[in-house]
Amino acid sequence: MSALVIVLTLPLMTALTVLLLPARARVPVVLASSALIVLAAGALVLAVWHGGPVTLAVGGWAPPLGIALRADGLAAALIMMSALVMGAVALAAQFELTPDRVGVRMGFGFWPLMLLLWGALNAVYLSRDLFNLYVGIELLSLAAVALVALSGSAQALAAALRYMIFALAGSLLYLAGVVLAYGAHGTLDIGLLAVRVPAHTDALALALMTAGLLAKTALFPFHVWLPPAHAGAPAPASALLSALVPKASFLILIRLWFEAMPDLASGAALLVLAALGAIAVIWGGVLALVQKRLKLIIAYSTVAQLGYLFFIFPLAGGDGSAQPWAAGAWTGAMFQALSHGLAKAAMFLTAGIYIAAIGSDRLGDLRGLARSLPMTGFAFALAAITLMGLPPSGGFTAKYLLMTSAFAAGQWPWALVLAGGGVLAAAYLYRPIAALFAQGARTPARPIPRVWQAVPLVLAALSILLGLLSAIPFDLLQIGRPAPAQEGL
Amino acid sequence: MTAALPVLVLLTSLIPAGVTFFLAQDSHGLRNTLNLGGAVLKLGLIVWMLFAVAGGASYETTLPLAPGLVMLLRVDALALLFISLSATLWFLTTIYAIAYFGAKPELSRFFGFFSLCVAATTGLALSGSLISFFIFFELLTLSTWPLVAHKQDKPSLSAARVYLAYALPGSAALLWAIIWLESATGPVLFTDPPDLSALDPYALRTIFALFIIGVGVKAALVPLHGWLPAAMAAPAPVSALLHAVAVVKAGAFGVVRIIYDVFGAANVIALGVGVPLAALASVTIIWGSVRALQQDEIKKRLAYSTVSQVSYIVLGAALASPLAMIGGLVHLIHQGLMKITLFFCAGIYDERAGVKKITGLNGMGQRLPWTSVCFSLGAMGMIGLPPLAGFVSKFYLGLGGLQAGAPWVLGVLAASTLLNAAYFLPLLYRLWFLPAAPDATGNERAPALVIPAVVTAAAAVGVGLLAASPISPLGWATLIVTREYGP
Repeated sequence: MSALVIVLTLPLMTALTVLLLPARARVPVVLASSALIVLAAGALVLAVWHGGPVTLAVGGWAPPLGIALRADGLAAALIMMSALVMGAVALAAQFELTPDRVGVRMGFGFWPLMLLLWGALNAVYLSRDLFNLYVGIELLSLAAVALVALSGSAQALAAALRYMIFALAGSLLYLAGVVLAYGAHGTLDIGLLAVRVPAHTDALALALMTAGLLAKTALFPFHVWLPPAHAGAPAPASALLSALVPKASFLILIRLWFEAMPDLASGAALLVLAALGAIAVIWGGVLALVQKRLKLIIAYSTVAQLGYLFFIFPLAGGDGSAQPWAAGAWTGAMFQALSHGLAKAAMFLTAGIYIAAIGSDRLGDLRGLARSLPMTGFAFALAAITLMGLPPSGGFTAKYLLMTSAFAAGQWPWALVLAGGGVLAAAYLYRPIAALFAQGARTPARPIPRVWQAVPLVLAALSILLGLLSAIPFDLLQIGRPAPAQEGL
Repeated sequence: MTAALPVLVLLTSLIPAGVTFFLAQDSHGLRNTLNLGGAVLKLGLIVWMLFAVAGGASYETTLPLAPGLVMLLRVDALALLFISLSATLWFLTTIYAIAYFGAKPELSRFFGFFSLCVAATTGLALSGSLISFFIFFELLTLSTWPLVAHKQDKPSLSAARVYLAYALPGSAALLWAIIWLESATGPVLFTDPPDLSALDPYALRTIFALFIIGVGVKAALVPLHGWLPAAMAAPAPVSALLHAVAVVKAGAFGVVRIIYDVFGAANVIALGVGVPLAALASVTIIWGSVRALQQDEIKKRLAYSTVSQVSYIVLGAALASPLAMIGGLVHLIHQGLMKITLFFCAGIYDERAGVKKITGLNGMGQRLPWTSVCFSLGAMGMIGLPPLAGFVSKFYLGLGGLQAGAPWVLGVLAASTLLNAAYFLPLLYRLWFLPAAPDATGNERAPALVIPAVVTAAAAVGVGLLAASPISPLGWATLIVTREYGP
């Protein structure tokens, strides 16, 4: 329980502390605090592993009076993954965001925003109350928009503005749904909503909340804000934005459709969600294929990879009637969320290293960089293996579980999209890899500290290990799994 | 100990691979010791297992990854056939590669991926379930890409791109087939044939086709063969490995596993998919030979010859008669020995005499006599002159065709033999009977390059001469067919 409190409060407290500290003390404090949070996340995982879901009633009041926080296996896994990504990003950012490299404002602004983002993420993972979730995701959006705008260039401001419009519209839609639900039931606790007496406004409330969250998750056709925003931010910020931020709104969708109102999941609605996901996989992949800048390729790849997550809805969702494949699909989608987080963060961090080394991320300029920065090239290739879904990576386990469920459910078109998406990913990731490994560096590379180079390599290796050691995260994810995803496999 | 044996065999290449990546470029001694040591250790373990398995033993290791995703490593007679080939030829190719590269740059990367590639082949041979097979099949793709791209010049990178462009859609088809089949039957273990009655014949035929597309890319079946001639841009030791052991053999081995251990020969015949596959293999045999005839680069001619020769194995498996299968299995070994000899020699001609084109071979028999004798033996074996290795394969394939009620196979074999002669004999004529160009140079002053070729050439002759002995590849193939798939 104390670990749960630490992961929730320490990021926010450190964010405030950093504002008051002199410049020299900031990085050590952030790194020390990050290390503590990573340890607390590990302790939380162990607590959930051994004792089942950890619950905390804030102030000692149980819902409906108070607000409940709960770490089930899914929340613990996401907290752990986020802590690893955040810790890695903090390690890399201390090299990248030195004031002489990026100016004082970015060098200062990044740290509090990053910690704010971290606290907001953990709050979303742990909350069991729809309004509490709203607060968490608002905080998350604000920090994310500010991170995009951090560089202050006209391009970044335009991207941030577009992002903010989508994020605000999404928040408003979500809030409208929350108000409807509260009006009908007088409670916003997920556990209590699950056992509510159905009201006729429920469908509308769920639709509004879903639409808002889809905009924040950047599901096709709401994805247009993502590539400029993620590609425009400084590389460590891009890593956080692509690896973690969309997972928060996706998790709320899961809480809504699987825990709060599983009875409302009609076949048609589930089909629409997955169909949009399928289009995102193909369209995001095609757009990634035609980009000329590395960061844009990685950003469009996020659009595509997020699409896979939505196959969870027809394969595992529904009204809880016996579906023997549901558990496999549910776990597969979560594996996708975890392995994408690790691999995507690794990729954006490698992009940051290239930009620091040669001052550009155009594919043409990246030629031959694998020779001067071999560790970074290797990290990129390992992360690519996960995103392509090739064995023995975490992405493969995800794809295998989802494909198996798709066949078991008799919904083979999703499996076709999964297979095709993997080939597309191979095609769009091949271009940067081929450029990196081509002969004859076009641009001389500045030296990069070895620790910085090692950070993305560790993250990428973790995304591969997630596949090699699938059994442990698999079991963790089953702890406290929502009932509709509990049957079979 | 016995349960750990398959893992141990795998580790003899995985550990050298992992360590080699982190070695400094100039630590030649350590790197060579590591790679050769692993190879020798592996050969020792395999000889040990050969005797044990001949006596009826079997070894098995299970590593669970996730529910439904179980890695099963298992030693059966068929696995041993493939693994003996790869271990022997890997050892020889390592010696050859050390001499070939000398002190060129980026050797740690090369030997790292080289060992990883052999580890993947080993894992493929030992795989006891479809999903294990798939995992190593992908690892093989990923570890051969850097080898093909090794020179990092334009032709290498474009060859590597073409390779992936064929391989990855192929593996998507394979994964699709595996999951489709397993979603109806549960996990498929090679020891335990799945119950196919859960699927209707149309679905089964589609799944079979997807399987063949998946492994057919690696086996270079026409029209999926385009990557193989392009991959010639790779360094000679890689070509040798690609053509004799690693990639094309993995594909052919996959065809054998799919026909005999996944579907079962009886089902393949009942579904009516064996004959179309045999026909496709025949087309590949003829087409590859015709294209080989048109090449004037030595390695390209050998590459198209591989396209043609590997399909002998597919033909033998597809005919699904015991004798044809013996012919196909024994060709897995025979083609490997002959083709690696030819590629070793092609590399020596290039490295020691600067000869890439066929016209450059004029009079080479006098300058590089050992190489040329080996090359000639390999080529004559490919043509199928008795009593060389290729003859034994063709003999059994022909008998097998008759046994399967497909006498047209004899026509295919005859046509192929004539074509083989047509594209190999002019080379031998140039080597021995035409005068050398006045500015021709070259010598064999690197014994570590020549000795592996001499050993494989001798082996290619030996397996033909001693085919009747029970420890020959033919004897082992017969054991596999009678013990595991016999009537």
